[in-house]
Amino acid sequence: MRKLVAGWSAAALTAFLFLPWQAIEDGFFGFGWIQDYPDDRTASALFYGLAFDRPWLWGVLPFVALGVLALAFPREDRRFGQTLVFAGLGGLGYTFLQGFAIGITGLQWTWLAPLIGEVETSQYGFGWGATIILFAFLMMVSLGVAALGYFRGDAFIAGSVIVSTALILAFVFFPIATMLAGAVTDEHGNLAFDLFWRRFFADDIWELNCLVGGPRCGVVFNTVLLGVLTGALSTLMGLAFALVVVRTGLPWRKGLRALTILPIITPPFVISLAIIVLFGRTGIVTWFLEVAFGIPPSRWIYGLPGVLISQLLSQIPVAFLVMIGVVEAISPSLEEASQTLGASRWQTFRTVTWPLLRPGLAAAFLLGFVESLADFGNPLVLGGNFDVLSTKIFFAIVGAQHDPGRAAVLAILLLIMTLGAFWIQMRWLGKQSYVTVTGKGDSGLSAELPRKLKRILYWTTIPWAAFTLITYAIVIFGGFVRDIGRFDLEFTWRHYLDAFRVELTERGMFFSGSAWDSLITTIQVSAISAPLTGIMGLLVAYILARTKFAGQRTFEFLTMLSFAIPGTVVGVSYIVAFNVPPLELTGTGLILVICFVFRNMPVGVRAGMAALSQIDKSLDEASLTLGARTATTVRRVVMPLLRPAIVATLVFSFVHAMTAVSAVIFLVSARHNMATAYIVGRVEAGEFALAIAYSTVLIGVMALAIVIIQLGVGRRQLGRRGQQTAAALGGH
Amino acid sequence: MTKSTTKKGPASVEFRNVTKRYGTVAAVSDVSFTIEPGTLVTLLGPSGCGKTTTLRLIAGLEIATEGQIKIAGEDVTNLSAADRDVSMVFQSYALFPHMNVLDNVAYGPTVAGQKKSDAYDLARQKLALVGLKDYDLRLPSELSGGQQQRVAVARALTMEPQVLLFDEPLSNLDAKLRRRVREDIRDLQRDLNLTVAYVTHDQQEALAVSDRVIVMSNARIAQMGAPRELYEAPASLFVADFMGDSNLIDATVERVSGDQALVKIGVTSLELPSRGTKTGPCKVSIRPESLSVTASAPQGPAIPGTIRKAAYLGTHMEYTLAAEIGELFVVDRDVANPKPVGSTAYLALARTGVSLVPSV
Repeated sequence: MRKLVAGWSAAALTAFLFLPWQAIEDGFFGFGWIQDYPDDRTASALFYGLAFDRPWLWGVLPFVALGVLALAFPREDRRFGQTLVFAGLGGLGYTFLQGFAIGITGLQWTWLAPLIGEVETSQYGFGWGATIILFAFLMMVSLGVAALGYFRGDAFIAGSVIVSTALILAFVFFPIATMLAGAVTDEHGNLAFDLFWRRFFADDIWELNCLVGGPRCGVVFNTVLLGVLTGALSTLMGLAFALVVVRTGLPWRKGLRALTILPIITPPFVISLAIIVLFGRTGIVTWFLEVAFGIPPSRWIYGLPGVLISQLLSQIPVAFLVMIGVVEAISPSLEEASQTLGASRWQTFRTVTWPLLRPGLAAAFLLGFVESLADFGNPLVLGGNFDVLSTKIFFAIVGAQHDPGRAAVLAILLLIMTLGAFWIQMRWLGKQSYVTVTGKGDSGLSAELPRKLKRILYWTTIPWAAFTLITYAIVIFGGFVRDIGRFDLEFTWRHYLDAFRVELTERGMFFSGSAWDSLITTIQVSAISAPLTGIMGLLVAYILARTKFAGQRTFEFLTMLSFAIPGTVVGVSYIVAFNVPPLELTGTGLILVICFVFRNMPVGVRAGMAALSQIDKSLDEASLTLGARTATTVRRVVMPLLRPAIVATLVFSFVHAMTAVSAVIFLVSARHNMATAYIVGRVEAGEFALAIAYSTVLIGVMALAIVIIQLGVGRRQLGRRGQQTAAALGGH
Repeated sequence: MTKSTTKKGPASVEFRNVTKRYGTVAAVSDVSFTIEPGTLVTLLGPSGCGKTTTLRLIAGLEIATEGQIKIAGEDVTNLSAADRDVSMVFQSYALFPHMNVLDNVAYGPTVAGQKKSDAYDLARQKLALVGLKDYDLRLPSELSGGQQQRVAVARALTMEPQVLLFDEPLSNLDAKLRRRVREDIRDLQRDLNLTVAYVTHDQQEALAVSDRVIVMSNARIAQMGAPRELYEAPASLFVADFMGDSNLIDATVERVSGDQALVKIGVTSLELPSRGTKTGPCKVSIRPESLSVTASAPQGPAIPGTIRKAAYLGTHMEYTLAAEIGELFVVDRDVANPKPVGSTAYLALARTGVSLVPSV
């Protein structure tokens, strides 16, 4: 532990003396600065203090020195830990305070002027030097806290908890808090509650006049209406599919499971494209209806119907996955009991099966509701005049209005609605328990469904499954024909060539296709963020599952928070929070990586915790008592047993980084454009075929990545006797 | 902070007023004891009494809320498990399911940075010690319960720890194997001269293997001492009842002289160690085998009673008698002449196995 303290103090000192304190213009990983070093932009804290008129940066040094001073005490002495904690916290506090107090235009906190005088020098965002010093301070706090006996005296766990808390505070909590603050202040930064209320109660938000025959309703009504419809319909259809798969003898029913993977690897708005191709003014179905029945083409699909259909296409498979678990879990012997008591098939379904399904239905409904609220791509492409909160937020930022305050207010509304739905889910569903799967073997046979119900199920599920297949067929097919939107079906490679042309010149290969830049950025960002997400998520899962400490519930809540925040809200909050120093990140590739890591991390946490709950805790403890430190234990014992969870997390975060659009669309820049944002741009320009072709390529890249991850991480080996393995893993 | 690699002898373990709280609930409350070097001490008690928490406090898997823990005279209170020279054999054995037997046993030396070949040599040596050769490449899931346990012991031994801990090591074994394994553990402890702390809820197991037993109840120590002391002179009703079957009978102390007391039990009176009791009503613990049953009245004082229940258990008979002083449970070696239910019988008290229980 003393070695670690010495190491981190040395790192802090090096950063103070030599590394550029501020962010470098050509990006975090650029090294162009070395030739100018040290000048006004690239100097270290030391030189800034000496030569560039920023004496306050020297204030960091005493805290670094204090960390070194702690080494004067032996480890057992409480003063060792106390000094370290004080040095770390003090250093963190000072570094951030000076960062916030003095910004691009000099002193930001004008009330400080009488104390320290006017400061004209501008200061930009934190760079390498500041980041390393901050990290060193975090480690000092962690080591100090561990030395005082907290976290079982384990420096690794203390460090993990403190660093991940700090990161979550910085990249989840801080942006949201800044956004909230932005909503109640005017453009000069003064508190303005009246402005907030005026924005909050604007007519276009709450209006209900469409209910009484008026032209249109407010955005809240639209959002809720769409959410409820998507939630309810997707749940019912999910249930229908689940019943068909589990309880009927329909041939090919196993194939339905395979369909569920499709929406997971599809960028969210791709389905909208297919819908336009089918039902748009010049769509295939529209054309057919006109020719066959003389129905004139119209724009009916733009608005609620189109958005609803495309949300259903992506949400029904998810609801199906939820419901199939519920339907399979209903013990057949309960229904057999009902039948032996003389109930008819219909009575059994109504009085036994249905009540057992209800908690699952509620879960699927809330999931659909929340997904619908968070969906941005489909309303953007198909919404027309039908505004929902997520698109309204977008246009408040990028549209002609450019009113971040208004966007923040709308984002708060959306946040309240999703958090409310999650809260209801936790409060209400958390309490119900319908345990029907017991440890005892259950060899009963499921009751046959009533014939009438079966017929209804067939008539709803089969056409919908066919419709889903057609939609996806269009996506694939559309990239290869001249213009599927206008029904011009001549085969062509043109769209793929436009996007992905590679020319051989005498100076090597030249990627001249228009989509290459965004595709390469997307793959890079996804490939960087996926492993980071995995490390972060599984580390947090390990901490939550394996240790106890004060404030654990709060810590868990913080890690899960980012899951409940819709992407649009994240996007807005990042723009508001990270556009100014000291955390100045907008326009970089880093902000994209950070955004994905913290948005997808909860999935890693959940997967990790589920897997860890199946692995006996005494395995870790055995490793500890054998002298392995926690870091070694995690690497040699926990990680190999967590391989399935690692694969799941990597796949999920990679795929989500590639398909996400809602948060990303706010954060992309000319230099760091992402595939989804590029495709949305093509759609807005009416280049459907190119968009479709690009989407197909994305799906292909994702499929390839999944295969690579599977092969790379591999499976865990636990021996051949399955039963004993289970006993060894979960035994007590 | 780092473990020295030189061979050291067994170490003492000392608890000074150690308390472990989870929130407001104390799992271990103000516990003090010393484990002498080279002895086997059992922590015994019903589930939830704090015995496992005490063991985990020694291991460093829990950190004490208050008090001080010393191993070999050094303060280890705030040291993490990895920094303490202590190994543990877990109840579930906790063999790493993704490593074979040899890798499991060589794990400790390997993570300590020893060369792979040295670690394997050490592991093979320890495996031979527990009598498990030629299983090197098996996975734990391919071993029987008893074999898995021996691997776990070998793995704990590779660190040549100052203190070795066992958490209910026999609980996953079938009844026949238990006796053999507990004898093996005792032999190993004596041969290698190890300090061992051993957790169990089985009083027979505790009596059989220990130099000393610490009985715990409700997060506190109820009594500690040699096995014989605990069985024959329980310090409280709890210990009397927990350490095997016991008849707890109301009696009267007639007079106390020095450390002896004259106790009147029904119609009989006898001299017992006074153990700090005063004259007046008291409780006496009588072990079932300390009462001898005869069909006819014996010479000397005897308690008459009626046989209510009788059970034949092969090696002995078990009777429940209704007597004036209460219901009595009796074990009788005489299986050849069973006493019929409903008959009258006479009970005589033996010299040992009868003790005054201080009313604490």
